[in-house]
This record gives sequence, structure tokens and C-alpha cells, in this order.
Amino acid sequence: MEVNQMQRSFLEYATVLFREGFLDGQFSQLQMLQDESNPDFVVEVVSLFFEDSQKLLNDLTTTLDQQNVDFKKIDAHIHQLKGSSSSIGAQRVKNACIAFRNFCDQQNLEGCMRCLQHVKQEYLLVKSKLEALLRLEQQIVAAGGAIPVLSEFS
Amino acid sequence: MELCNCIEPPWPAGELLMKYQYISDFFIALAYFSIPLELIYFVKKSAVFPYRWVLVQFGAFIVLCGATHLINLWTFTLHTKTVAVVMTTAKVLTAAVSCATALMLVHIIPDLLSVKTRELFLKNKAAELDREMGLIRTQEETGRHVRMLTHEIRSTLDRHTILKTTLVELGRTLGLEECALWMPTRTGLELQLSYTLRHQNPVGFTVPIQLPVINQVFNTNRAVKISPNSPVARLRPAGKYMPGEVVAVRVPLLHLSNFQIHDWPELSTRRYALMVLMLPSDSARQWHVHELELVEVVADQVAVALSHAAILEESMKARDLLMEQNVALDHARREAETAVRARNDFLAVMNHEMRTPMHAIIALSSLLLETELTPEQRLMVETVLKSSNLLSTLINDVLDLSRLEDGSLKLEIGTFSLHTLFRETYNLIKPIASVKKLNFTLSLSPELPEFAIGDEKRLMQVLLNVVGNAVKFTKEGSISVSAFVAKLDSLREFRAPDLISIPSDNHFYLRIEVKDTGLGINPQDLPKLFMKFVQSQPTKNSSGLGLAICKRFVNLMEGHICIESEGLGKGSTAIVIVKLGIPGRSNESKLSFVHKVPRNQVKPAFSGLKVVLMDDNSVGRMVTKGLLVHLGCDVLAVGSGDECVRVINHEHKVVFLDVSMPDVNSFEVAVRIHEKFSKRMDRPLIVALTGNTDRMTKENCRRVGMNGVLLKPVSVDKMRSALSDLLEKGFFVESK
Repeated sequence: MEVNQMQRSFLEYATVLFREGFLDGQFSQLQMLQDESNPDFVVEVVSLFFEDSQKLLNDLTTTLDQQNVDFKKIDAHIHQLKGSSSSIGAQRVKNACIAFRNFCDQQNLEGCMRCLQHVKQEYLLVKSKLEALLRLEQQIVAAGGAIPVLSEFS
Repeated sequence: MELCNCIEPPWPAGELLMKYQYISDFFIALAYFSIPLELIYFVKKSAVFPYRWVLVQFGAFIVLCGATHLINLWTFTLHTKTVAVVMTTAKVLTAAVSCATALMLVHIIPDLLSVKTRELFLKNKAAELDREMGLIRTQEETGRHVRMLTHEIRSTLDRHTILKTTLVELGRTLGLEECALWMPTRTGLELQLSYTLRHQNPVGFTVPIQLPVINQVFNTNRAVKISPNSPVARLRPAGKYMPGEVVAVRVPLLHLSNFQIHDWPELSTRRYALMVLMLPSDSARQWHVHELELVEVVADQVAVALSHAAILEESMKARDLLMEQNVALDHARREAETAVRARNDFLAVMNHEMRTPMHAIIALSSLLLETELTPEQRLMVETVLKSSNLLSTLINDVLDLSRLEDGSLKLEIGTFSLHTLFRETYNLIKPIASVKKLNFTLSLSPELPEFAIGDEKRLMQVLLNVVGNAVKFTKEGSISVSAFVAKLDSLREFRAPDLISIPSDNHFYLRIEVKDTGLGINPQDLPKLFMKFVQSQPTKNSSGLGLAICKRFVNLMEGHICIESEGLGKGSTAIVIVKLGIPGRSNESKLSFVHKVPRNQVKPAFSGLKVVLMDDNSVGRMVTKGLLVHLGCDVLAVGSGDECVRVINHEHKVVFLDVSMPDVNSFEVAVRIHEKFSKRMDRPLIVALTGNTDRMTKENCRRVGMNGVLLKPVSVDKMRSALSDLLEKGFFVESK
């Protein structure tokens, strides 16, 4: 059946994402929260994350470009980004944020710049992958199938 | 005396004699000269003549003899000495050669004579071979006749045609005057004349079978010459002519049963027919050996052909019989189907008809119980209600059982949670057990899969029935229910033939044991337990059908149910084994694929619980809100501490504060919330959500009076257990 095929490819794609560390168990938790009364939960959360992260990254870029870099502000932004990414399960982004935060504590501008680039990279990567995953989900739902829930993997 | 060498021929005296001698000598010489020539000529002509040397000798001898006689001609008159010398030489030579030849002939003549003997011998041999050739040709002819006869006989499967053809062909081939076949009668005591060639005798003429001549023929498989006067041979009206020789041969009549042994059936229970053949009378013909052989062979062939015909007849009869039986069976089947349909219709109608009044009785009795009644009246109404419930159950059981019996009941297979099944059963039975002050325990083996594929409703029915029985028949003590995955050896101990399938990856056998310390069962009654309407304890009023239905359900689930008891008063153990499927094992990808558990299976124990959530991170706020909504809470989510303090009211039972916010001091918020609610009763429980696990944070939380700390990210299960602990005990301790 086509739906089965789609579900299988969805699972395979998700497995890859998990294996490569783009997503972690928190994402599965999110999926579990989606049900008939809340059918678009994951999409909504992910969209919110994209919005939020985009804004934060822009702010970070602006702040780092200043003459006098306000490290406290950077810390606050990064804290937010770390929180969002960990809430959604974007593991690599979260790790990049943690690294960024260390440099920020040290007030190492160069390190911060590099980390910002790294965070942006990771963010863009996870964004495109999440979009692809959500597209697959939509296809499955459109074909009338159920979205497979990813259980905890060993 | 003058001796002269010359002899004067006295012509005048013996002149005539001399003349005749002279002529004879001349002719002799001529002959003597011509014979060798003839010999040479003829020998040259013939190809084979081994004695050339002899011929030469002979030739020489003859020639010399001739020469001698020729020369003799000159001696009749006066002749010179030369002539005399020549004559002498010739005579000497002749003498030599003739002696030599004579000597040679001694050797040669016996040889020549033996040639003659050999010639005679060869001639005899040729004559003998000729005779033998004649014999072979005759045999071949006979063989051809037999083949033709056999072909004629075997080309038909009709018994009468076979026999008639046999007689006709035999008569033709052997030039018989009469040919007859005597068949044994049904009684086997007589031979009846069945077929004749010329129809000269009445068919139906019988002869007793025990005649010596007949026995003689039956005892050998060869054709036997019999006397023309014997009763079987008296086929022609007695005429003035000398009857021809008669031969009789037995024809074995083989039955189908004779062919069950591997080799040709021996003389056991054999029936024979008799074939009688008569040569034409006054023909002076004799039965030749090859003719007898022909007759024997034909008799055997006829036997085979007849047995074929008999087999065919029997198989045709069997086929007709089968067809009749088929028709009868079909008819019976249709009748049975009609009966079953009628019964089902009847049951369905009756069921409905019976249930409607039952419902009325039960409903009204229940309503009556709610009204004011005197104790006696209450007792009466309760009895009415109990009895009607029982009757209602019985009606249901009857319908189920009848559907089970004709196999029209199908299991409704689905995926269900084993744990839930057992827990619900436990919850249903526990109150009753507690009332009877019985100890009721449930233990599930850890290797039991969480989910299984099977008929949940019917399995629950079986379980309830078995456990219910255990409770019913136990006055004191304990009931223990244990469930685990059945091992292969425990399956074998039941020696049920339908349990030979080894548990594979797709399914497993669930084994449930219900032990009770109740009344026990008499070992004699054990087999009757699963029979309908048989009660083991006359004092108890069990429904009588419950276990029978359970057994049928269990059988449908390819399992086994039995009850063991050591005796009255020693308690009993019910063992139920059913085959269940394992979900998601067979054809899914490596990442295990858990079916989405439908929302209503996870009972939101916190439905409508009003909570407040404070988190300044919009994504985190949305995620936690979704989590709490999923668990059934009514969530108010805020993004700042001020807002949080402002909106919180006494309806909110729990407040979740995210303590990782850098700007906001969540601890301060907690203090303010505490201040807001002076009465301890109204105060909501405060839970901190933090990403920090250090002791400092925990200390701070406790100091400000928070009721619990949750480590982010929070999973659904963690939240659920935290909330349930929180609501039960007022606090919770977070475990990893």
C-alpha cells in the first residue's frame, strides 16, 4: 500500500535524523502529544521554533556586530535558543548553544563569532530536515494513514 | 629246331580268330585312349575333385594299357625286334603303373565310400530339419491364431460377447464341430450349459459339479481329453457316426478379491467354468499337441477377459451406488442447513423476545430498589433482581453457546494491552474478594509483552469467568492470578494435538493460572466440568454454561483450559493457555513501530485539572502546555512572573514555574504566590521546571516551599506520574 510505503520512508528518514543527532527523544515526546484533539501540534511547535530561532539568530548577529558587545544580552539570547531547541529536541543546535555559551562566559568574541556561525549552520540544517519530515507527515495524513510514533530506540 | 622270334600268323587256320582279336585289341586301345580324355574333360569341368593325382595315375595306367594293346596289334604279323622291345617296355611300364594304382586304390576307395555315407547322413539331416521347420511353422500359425483370438476376446468388455467370440473363433481356428461352455451356477453345485457354438442344445441344461470327469479337468490347468460319452460332452444328438475326439479345459473365474495378493492367485476358493471342444465326427482327426496348447492359452485369456468384465461391472455398480449416496447426502446436508437456519432464526427471535421482558424486569426491579421499601420487600425485590440477572446471563450464554457450536462465532481480533486487561479484571474482582475477606493477588511475569493481538472482550470474559468461579467457591483463604508466557514443555504436558505449533516470532502462548484455597473439586467430577449444565456441587447454583463457553472460546483461540484439584477441600487451580499474536514483530522496519495508543485508553486521570504554566520561552511554553493538555489538564500559560501572580486563583491546583529564566527570579514568584493565598487549603501546588540538576537549585526550590522539581525535558510519563503523586501525596520526589 502506498501509505505503508510512505510510513516506512518516514520512519527511515526519522531514524537517520536520530542517528545523526539532529533530533533526540524530546522530538518523539512531541509527537506523542499530537492526537485527534490536537492534530497539528507538532507543526505548530516546529513553526514557532523556526520563528523564534530566526529572530534570536538575527538579534545575535546584530548584537555581535556592535562596537561594544553586550555579552549579557548574548547570554540571554543563547539561553533562549538553548531552551527552545532543547524543548523541541534539536540536539545539535542545543549542543552548539552550549558551546556558544561557554565562549560567551569567557567573553571570547572570536569564539562567539565562530560559534554563532556554527549555530546558524546547525539551525539551517535542522530546519530543512524538519521541514522535509513534516512534509512527509502531511503526505501520510493526506493519504489517510496514521503517523508512526517513534519509540525510544536503544 | 629253329627258334625264330618271328611268329608267323597262321592266317588261314586261325585267321578268323586272329581277325577278331585284332579288331578287339584295336577297340580296346581306342577305349583306353578315350577314357582318360573323357575323364580329363569332365574333371576339368567340375570344380570340386580332390583326387587329381589319382586321376593322373589312372590316366597313365589306362594310357599305357591302351598303348600296350595298340602295340599288340603289330605283333600279330611278323615284327622286328624293335617292336618287341617297345612292346616289352610298354608292358613293363604298364605293369608298374597298374601296381602303383592298385596300391593307391586301397587308400582311396574307403574314402570314396565314406563320402557316400556322409552324403546319406546329410540327406537325413535335411529331412529332419524340414520336419522341424514344418513343426515351427505350425506353432507359429497356432500363435497367430491365439493372438487373433485373444485380440477378439479382449476387444470387448461385455461378458457375453467375450464368451461368444471365444467359442466362435475357436471353432473357426480349430475347425471344431461343437464348442460349449459350462458355467457354475450361483449355488456352485451344478454346471449349467451357458453357451454353445451351434445352438443345438437347450441352454440351461445342468450337470452336477461333482462328477469325476469334471474334477479331473478342474484339477489340472491342461486340456484333458475326455470321453465323448461323458455327460458334459453329450452335446450332439447321438448319430450313426463316430463322434470325434473331445477335449475339455477349465476356465478360471477370477474375482476382484483374488488380485490382492502379489503373485497369481493360487488354488484357494476358486470357481471354474468348463469349456468342451469337439472335433468333427468321422474325420479321423486327432488332437495335436499344439492344438491342445492353443486351447489352454485361450482358456487363460478368457479367464482374464472375464475378470476384466467382472471388474468393470463391479466398478459401474459402485459408481452408481456412490452417485445415489451423493444425492442422499446432498439432500441431508440441505436439510441440516435448513434446520440450522431455522434454529438460528428461532434463537434470534426468541432471544430478542426473551431479552425485552428481562430488561423490563431488571430495570424496574432496580428502580424499585431505589424507592422506600420495608426490609422484607427489599429482600424480595433483591431476590427478584438477582434471579433475573441470572436468567439474563443464562439467555446470553445459550445464544453464545449455540453460535459457538455451529462455528458461526468469530473472534474479534485486535490489538490490546495485556496489562490493562489484567488490571481491569483485578479491579472488577477485588471488591468481591474483599467483601469475602479473601486475599486476592495478581502477578504478571515481566516477560509478558505489553501488547498482544487477540479477542480482548472474549479473553476478558474467560478470565472473569474463571476468576469469578474461584472467588465464588472459596470461603476463606486466597486467590492468586498469575500470568506468564508459556514455555514449550508446559505446552507439551497437555498433550493436546492442536498445540504442536511451536511459538514463533508472530505469536506466543499466554498461560494464566488461577489458584484458590477453596472447596476443591472431586477428581471424578473433573471431566464433567466443561460440559453443559452439569453441576459438580449441587449446593451452589452456578450458571452451568460458563465453563462450557469458556472452553469453546479458548478452543477458538487455539488454546487449552483445564482445572486441577487434589480433591474436596484442597483448593483448585485453573490453567488457561491461549495463543495470542505479537504486534509489530513480523513486517516492520528495524525501528520498532508502536501503534498510536488511542487517547481514550490513556485515561486522563487529571481531566479538567486547572493548572498555570509560566515559561518565558515561547517554544518551551507551547511544548509544556501541549504536554499538560494531552494529560487532560486545563492549562493557562503565561510568559512572565507578574502575569503569573496576577492570573492565578484558587481554582488552579498546580503551578508550573520554569526556574531557568535568567531575568525572572522564579523563586520570588513562588513566594509571592504563597503570599497571595493565605489559606493553606487554596494554595496551589508549585512545581519547578528546570534544566539544572545541581543541589543548589533543589535547595532553593525547597526553601521557597515548592512542592516538586521536574527536570527538563519532561516526558509524558514523567509528567503523568509526577502529577499523580503530587495530587495523591501533595509532593513528589523526582526519580530519574
